[in-house]
Amino acid sequence: MISILNAVLFIILAPLIGGLIAGIDRKITARMQGRMGPPLLQPFYDVAKLFEKENVVVTPSQNYYVLSYIVFIAVSGALFFSGGDLLLVIFAFTLAHIFLVLGAYSTNSPYSFIGAERELIQIIAYEPMIILSAVGMYMVTKSFFVSDIMNSPIPVIVYLPGIFIGFLMVLTIKLRKSPFDLSTSHHAHQEIVKGVTTEFSGSGLGKIEIAHWYENVFLLGFIYLFFAFNPVIALAAIIVTYLIEIFIDNTFSRVKWQYTIKSAWIVAGTLGIVNLAVLYYLSGVMG
Amino acid sequence: MSYMKKSPWIMHYDASSCNGCDIEVLACLTPLYDVERFGIINTGNPKHTDIFVVTGGINEQNRAVVKNIYDQIPEPKVVVAVGICATSGGVFRECYNIMGGIDKIIPVDVYVPGCAARPESIIDGIVTALGVLEKKRQLMKEPAGKTDVTGGEKK
Amino acid sequence: MIDLVFLIVFPLIAAVLLLVVSKDSIRDALVKISALLIGIVSLMTLFLYYNTGALYFPVGYQQVSQIIFLVEVFLALFILYLGIKYRKSLAVVLILVQLGLLAYFEMFCSEALHAVQNLFIDQLSIIMALIIGIIGSAIAVYAVGYMGTYHRNHPEVQDRRRTFFFMVFLFISSMFGLVFSNNLIWVFLFWELTTVCSFILIGYSRSEEAVNNAFLALVMNLLGGIAFAGALIYLAGIDPSGNLFEINQLISAGQALAIVPAVLISFAGITKAALMPFSSWLVGAMVAPTPVSALLHSSTMVKAGVYIIVRFSPVLSGSFEGLIIAMIGGFTFLLASAIAISQSNAKKVLAYSTIANLGLIVACAGIGTYKLVWAAIMLIIFHAIAKSLLFLCVGTVENRIGSKDIEDMAGLIVRMPKIAVMMFIGIAGMFLAPFGMLISKWVAIEAFIDAPFGIIFVTILAFGGSITVLFWSKWMGKIISITQYGKRVEGNIRSEKWFVLYLLTSLTVLVCLIFPLISSVLIEPFVLSVYGFTTRLAQDNIMIMVMMLFLLMIMPLSMLFYRNGAKELPPYMGGRPTTPDMKFAGSMGIVRESSFSNYYFEQYCGESRLLMAGTGLCLGLILIGATLLLGVIV
Ligand code: SF4
Repeated sequence: MISILNAVLFIILAPLIGGLIAGIDRKITARMQGRMGPPLLQPFYDVAKLFEKENVVVTPSQNYYVLSYIVFIAVSGALFFSGGDLLLVIFAFTLAHIFLVLGAYSTNSPYSFIGAERELIQIIAYEPMIILSAVGMYMVTKSFFVSDIMNSPIPVIVYLPGIFIGFLMVLTIKLRKSPFDLSTSHHAHQEIVKGVTTEFSGSGLGKIEIAHWYENVFLLGFIYLFFAFNPVIALAAIIVTYLIEIFIDNTFSRVKWQYTIKSAWIVAGTLGIVNLAVLYYLSGVMG
Repeated sequence: MSYMKKSPWIMHYDASSCNGCDIEVLACLTPLYDVERFGIINTGNPKHTDIFVVTGGINEQNRAVVKNIYDQIPEPKVVVAVGICATSGGVFRECYNIMGGIDKIIPVDVYVPGCAARPESIIDGIVTALGVLEKKRQLMKEPAGKTDVTGGEKK
Repeated sequence: MIDLVFLIVFPLIAAVLLLVVSKDSIRDALVKISALLIGIVSLMTLFLYYNTGALYFPVGYQQVSQIIFLVEVFLALFILYLGIKYRKSLAVVLILVQLGLLAYFEMFCSEALHAVQNLFIDQLSIIMALIIGIIGSAIAVYAVGYMGTYHRNHPEVQDRRRTFFFMVFLFISSMFGLVFSNNLIWVFLFWELTTVCSFILIGYSRSEEAVNNAFLALVMNLLGGIAFAGALIYLAGIDPSGNLFEINQLISAGQALAIVPAVLISFAGITKAALMPFSSWLVGAMVAPTPVSALLHSSTMVKAGVYIIVRFSPVLSGSFEGLIIAMIGGFTFLLASAIAISQSNAKKVLAYSTIANLGLIVACAGIGTYKLVWAAIMLIIFHAIAKSLLFLCVGTVENRIGSKDIEDMAGLIVRMPKIAVMMFIGIAGMFLAPFGMLISKWVAIEAFIDAPFGIIFVTILAFGGSITVLFWSKWMGKIISITQYGKRVEGNIRSEKWFVLYLLTSLTVLVCLIFPLISSVLIEPFVLSVYGFTTRLAQDNIMIMVMMLFLLMIMPLSMLFYRNGAKELPPYMGGRPTTPDMKFAGSMGIVRESSFSNYYFEQYCGESRLLMAGTGLCLGLILIGATLLLGVIV
């Protein structure tokens, strides 16, 4: 059921696609702000530069955590694209993020520390919704395996509109977009300097950036699952979704963490659960 | 091929400037000048920084800070002194608490004169700094021990 | 059968010996030898019985039943005495009620009883026996060293180590008795024995707090005991011949007959497993020396509670009462996890996490489909190992740095690297993929979807699961943060402590590696024999999990690569020059020390608030359950 080829393809291609998406993102963002913006390939330049720089650390062990972070992000993404079990993918994904958080903790720096705490808050804000999404997909397609959900002719989105909206909500958190870019941000400086990434430099920071690309591709792949019955619509949906995210990013200012977790949980708790309950009821009615 | 020149991340520190130069530095980020065209990002975190942009003439209170930030920037790094205060102390030169120029504390690579320095000249200064940055990177790759990259050069 | 009897009787003999022996060195040796023997014999049961299915052994009833009655009366009188001595009226009232029930039972019901197949062993019993025999006795060995240090550090506490070890081994003995007894009257005896043992052990230091908490534990468990006694009387009432006292017969008698005793006994299980609203006794129990907490939380006591509910889950399955029990478990899981966020005392975090996990086990067992029972048993195994490891780590740290506050554990990796790594593994075992607890949670999610009213539990798991991530990771973060100024204080920890810690750490990892084996040899046959179906993880997933585990194990090797070469700089402190111990000159030149502490979300997760909510909610559920039950009886 698991396709090794897809896994390998993901590991090779995802950084390229992810970097390109980041480039397009920055370009569009700049245009929205009336600027010209950086070259399309700027994210690649940035990362390449980071690898040319000296890797200054507070403690050598932080390198280990970052390495584990990127490895497990790649593993969970590869697992996803090779058609593995969705829940396992989510758990591996959480594991990867815990490594990032631990890396930040290990430096014993005040800014990293706050960043780590906020990252944890973000994790608990989005995780229930992602698990409920997986559960919803199972209820519709009767399988947790991505490969089955992919090949299912059922238009998942029709059954899971509430879940989808909830997923979009946490997607903003996951993509580190304003208003939920609490723990670290791609733009300018903010109140906690750079949050989790404060103490990372050079190749360490470069790895975090690449891991983030992996992550984005994986998340967009997740959107694909909602529309898997028709690849064209799915691609269109991904593009539209991402554009909406960029728009949100540019129109909202950052909120407090209290608001982040409350809103994410309320959305997950109402839309997600109501959606699931309806499905549950329907499946009961229709046998 | 080197990417050092394509992605300079700067950190801007106000070492007791009158805020005139600071506003000009920030003006560079506005849509009119948009330094992100060159991949320049204002990071605010020394550990992510390539180019350290300092305004003002440094006083007793912040000399240790300037030194500390400079020390925390990973190699290769360059320092750009923006405004005449940062270059020599400017009108504040004779003040009892002013060091008189960044280069009293840390090695400076590029001086951008002006009171206040215009955005165009700031951008020009940073682009000049890119050349220095690239040179330092090459020095870094050479067998260690010979070169002291922190020394920098004066223009 | 002889080995079963051995496992019950031998710890008893060891206990009596330990009570008699007064010389430290002899006692230490005796504890170690007995622990070793118990461990070996419990392993033997695995090899002897893993493929025999459920075996039942007749044991003469008449001879034993008199003894049992006498022991029970003695226990009751003992509690009565203590209750009067310490003026705990509630305990006195409850024990009188129980004594009354016992007397009634003995006078009117026991005449005709002749349950024959009094001992039995099946795969679930084997699993429990292994947990008790290996983890329980490992904790006993650990306690040898711990109690020495404990008494050095707490001169105000009277040295009653003889009683202590007597109780520990009595505890182990009664746990074995509990899981091997097929006769509910026997189970009840051992049940009461564990209650009394925990009561004495919690009150070990005899400080006012300890005595109060001991009585709290006693009162709550007596409530359960009364329900248990009620179940016995009810059973005697519906079947005077006493066949139904045999657990296997009772379960196969079907829901209609068995639901009332099953629910009453499950209620007893809920009190023993410290689910809300009875959670406070387990939290209070941490006044006891740490090995006692480890024992209560991992291999004994609370596990007896969940064991009995898992036993009866085929009866509960599909009934409305079962749903209510499961909901009590589910809400306990959610709320106790949330409370754990607000705690900084490591033992309290562990206590609430135990309560949460027991809640989850009960939720699985209450719904009781075959997949959920599989998950529940997995949870019991993984939880026992990881939790005992964590308690013992915390105990070691406490003895060394004099605090069990998580904030004081900052930089533990520098100060006590080995303990910190073990603690790290233990914590990872509690919530991270691909470690044990997560596997069970995963299966539980999948299984709940297909179960009746499962959607409630899936939601609870989705939210509760992410909450656990928060409180564990912030603890992890605290211990691994590198404080440059930390000094190593790990020297002269006694070797048997190390041995136990290493044993439990390797078990935590090992069980994750071989869980497919455990599943196919023990859990699947058990589930199959009870339900006629069984479940397991998909082969692909197991492969991936094993790969992940290996990846996790080789990753730390990268540290060797990173260790040298990199330039090290102090953390960024807003440009302030900082000394290595994180002191900096603040404004006006005053030297300040930087320190940071975790978020505790008091305003959302405050203990008293959530506890109140949980108590109300679960009490309400219990009342509904009681009404339903009354309806059935009447
Ligand atoms: S150079 Fe002029 S504008 Fe700039 S800081 Fe000095 S006084 Fe202000």
